[in-house]
Amino acid sequence: METLRLDGNAAAGLLGEVFAGEVTTAVGTCDGCGAVEAVGAVHVYMAAGTVLRCPHCDAVVMKVVTDGERIWIDVRGLRTLELAPM
Amino acid sequence: MWAETNRVKTLALDVQDWPGHRAGQHVDVRLTADDGYQAQRSYSIASPAGGPRVELTVERIDDGEVSPYLTEEAHAGDRFELRGPVGGYFVWDPDPGGPVLLVGGGSGVVPLMAMVRQRATNHDVVPTRLLYSARTLEDVIYRDELERYRKRGDGLEIVFTLTREQPPDWTGYSRRVDRQLLSKVAPDDPALTFVCGPTPFVEAVAEALVGLGHESSRIKTERFGPTGG
Repeated sequence: METLRLDGNAAAGLLGEVFAGEVTTAVGTCDGCGAVEAVGAVHVYMAAGTVLRCPHCDAVVMKVVTDGERIWIDVRGLRTLELAPM
Repeated sequence: MWAETNRVKTLALDVQDWPGHRAGQHVDVRLTADDGYQAQRSYSIASPAGGPRVELTVERIDDGEVSPYLTEEAHAGDRFELRGPVGGYFVWDPDPGGPVLLVGGGSGVVPLMAMVRQRATNHDVVPTRLLYSARTLEDVIYRDELERYRKRGDGLEIVFTLTREQPPDWTGYSRRVDRQLLSKVAPDDPALTFVCGPTPFVEAVAEALVGLGHESSRIKTERFGPTGG
C-alpha cells in the first residue's frame, strides 16, 4: 500500500467539483487526533473511491465516491473544514 | 508537441477560456474511448502563468492508460477534456521571505520547472536552489533550458544527481537524495521547500529534511504514484 499513497493535491480536481473555493489550501481538523492540516498535505489513496487520511494519526478524514454523475462524501473523520469560498 | 527525452514529451495546448493558472498547479486530463470507457490522470502544468498556451510535460508509462496516448498517439489538432487549473497548495510564492528549495525526482521536476520559469518571467531574485534527481543525464528533462537559467546569475542554483548512470566526466552527485546529500545541498533554513516526485522519493526527502531540523509546515509535497500514467 505504501506506494499507492498520494496527497491532497491528487484529490483537488474531484473536491473542486464539490467545494466552492480552493480546497488544497483549505484547513481541516482531524476528528481522530485533532491535528490541523491543509488538504494538500493529507494522505490520499485512490481506488474505486478516494480516501483522505490524516498524515499524523492515519485516521480516515474523508471518503469520496463518484459514479460520474453523483458524488457521495463521508466526512465523519473531519471535525471542521475551513476554506475561503470564491 | 515535442520530445524532451526518450520517454517524455511536452504538449502545448490551446485551451478555450483558460482562466490562467499559477506555477505548480496541475490539470486533470480525461480521455473517453469510443465505447464510453473513461480514464483520467493528473499532469502538472510546465508553463509559467500568463502564457497563451498550457504546456503539459508527460512521461510515458508503458502500461499506463493515458500517457501512452498523449506521448505516442496524440497529434496536433487533437482535442481532449481538461479539468483545471487545479490546486492552490503546491504553488510558487514569489515572496516567501527567504531562500526556496525545490527538490524533484524524475518527472517530478515538471511543476518545479513551472516555478523556475515563473521566477525568471517575474524577474524574481529570491535565492532558489533546485535539486533534481534523474536516473541518467539523458533522462534530465529541460536540460538545456536549465543550463541557460543557471548561467543567468540571478540567484538560481541547480544541482543534479544522477542515480543510475553518470557520464565519464560527471562532476555532479551520483547518489540518491538522502539525508547526507540534503545536508550538503539544502540551505540551512529555507523559507519554503517544494518536493515533487514518486511517493517513496517525496516521503524519503521530506523525512530527511525534517530529520535535519527543517520545519515540516514549510515543506510542501506533491506525490505521484504508480496509478499515474
